[in-house]
Amino acid sequence: MSNLLALSGVNTHIGHYHILQGVDFVVPQGGLTMLLGRNGAGKTTCLRTIMGLWKASAGCIDFDGADIVGRSTPAVAQLGIGYVPESMGIFAGLTVRENLTLAARAGPIDQGRLDWMFGLFPALKKFWQLPAGLLSGGQKQMLAIARAMIEPRKLLLVDEPTKGLAPAIIGHMVDAFRELKRTDTTILLVEQNFNFARALGDTVAVMDSGRIVHSGNMSELAQDAALQQRLLGLSLDAHQ
Amino acid sequence: MSQAKDALPVARLDKIPLALIPVIAAAALPLIPSLPTWVTLTVAGLAMGMMIFIMASGLTLVFGLMDVMNFAHGAFITVGAFVATSVLLPLAGWTHADSLWRNLAALLLAILASMAVTGALGVAFERVIIKPVYGQHLKQILITMGGLIVAEQLIIAIWGPDMIALPKPVTLRGSFIYGDIAIEKYRVLAVLVGLAVFAAMFLVLNRTRVGLLIRAGVEDSEMVESLGYRIRRVFIGVFAAGSALAGLGGVMWALYQETVTSAMGMQVMILIFIVIIIGGLGSVGGCFIGSLLVGLVANYAGFLAPKVALGSNILLMVLILLWRPQGLYPVAKR
Repeated sequence: MSNLLALSGVNTHIGHYHILQGVDFVVPQGGLTMLLGRNGAGKTTCLRTIMGLWKASAGCIDFDGADIVGRSTPAVAQLGIGYVPESMGIFAGLTVRENLTLAARAGPIDQGRLDWMFGLFPALKKFWQLPAGLLSGGQKQMLAIARAMIEPRKLLLVDEPTKGLAPAIIGHMVDAFRELKRTDTTILLVEQNFNFARALGDTVAVMDSGRIVHSGNMSELAQDAALQQRLLGLSLDAHQ
Repeated sequence: MSQAKDALPVARLDKIPLALIPVIAAAALPLIPSLPTWVTLTVAGLAMGMMIFIMASGLTLVFGLMDVMNFAHGAFITVGAFVATSVLLPLAGWTHADSLWRNLAALLLAILASMAVTGALGVAFERVIIKPVYGQHLKQILITMGGLIVAEQLIIAIWGPDMIALPKPVTLRGSFIYGDIAIEKYRVLAVLVGLAVFAAMFLVLNRTRVGLLIRAGVEDSEMVESLGYRIRRVFIGVFAAGSALAGLGGVMWALYQETVTSAMGMQVMILIFIVIIIGGLGSVGGCFIGSLLVGLVANYAGFLAPKVALGSNILLMVLILLWRPQGLYPVAKR
């Protein structure tokens, strides 16, 4: 399987802080890669650096055969990368329809794709004309993901989609991401919920202190409790 | 089924700020000795409010979208007024003619010239002065204040230090008389222009893709960029439009005062800041309501207690901020 995205030696400074300290990992084409790590490990910085929201001070980010370091955020997005930030980035004053209309850069929303989205996230159809600020946290997350996917994208970057969500909604998210995987969309997903990660991930990269400390297949990590404990400080029982 | 429908959240327009306008007008009625005087003051207040709205709307949009507090906005108002003198004074044959169409044609030319000049200056100002200080509020205040001072001196160098008289075109002088009620013709025009500007802004913001981008950018410009839009280009367009609107406001205000001075923009900035703070920084609808409130209160207070007229608007702002600390229609920000 070829790699759609490859980071090599990526460094990012924010002010005087050296956050990413030589990040190396790959995201295989058509798979779902989980980026795991403790709070402050640099996962969000990694996604923001890929999007060009923070500039890499060194290293290479190869996307679909081109180095995208130094490109502006709109230029990166136009290459076919959808981004769902940790804050979700919903435009609260715009309706659900307007949020999705804005995300459909190529023109009017494709009705077939919209119907598919409504199948994944029925709440969006129900609240189509409602200001997005009135949606619940789970519905906002659905809208954020739908917005990133309203047009076909080569790569989807999603930052902690389960944060603050009820278990029932998380189950719905798992189903939605499984459906997205069936479309062969490549996904890089930052997550703290290991059960969620284990249910979806094909490959995994684990960060600590601005570096990748482990990468490989998710199934290997899922079966190795000692490795989980060492890399993530996880007590899986506590997560279950 | 009906229960599920009942459970749906509903988007509601906050009508309380809208109701303040008739409430204040009604509250002033018993204090004013005669109905004709009240009508005259109310129309004068609405007209003044509309002109303030034209001048302030661009500034609030620029602040909301670009997070730039442009203290030099007043310079665009002044430049607009002076450009109008350069167009209208040579066209005295048209402005002195007893023909509404000739008068309006002259006024339209002055407005177009002023908006073109201030819009172009706005683009240059954004590129040279504002661009280097995005995200640095203290520097923005200092550099735009500096820009205002430099602009004032340039105006004096180009148009001279003296006050310039700018009489209204002939057919826009005087009043419409209905019984004992006198309504100045120019104020009616100001109300119509203000309504047209508000309607145009409303339509652009709510019915076009550019408007969608601007509204989204006001909330979260970084997310707009992450969707693949070059929001900086929208910034420039909004800054140019805001500057052009300041120019239009300058023309209207100058003809209202019938004089033009190099300090007029700075003087009116106090009212503009009050209006955009009352309305909620970045909110065009709030700016519209705030302008009308300020116009009405200034006129009623000017009639009832002239000595506290200016203070009345500060008091209005304080009361509104005590009630709604983020203004009448706060803009949702990330």
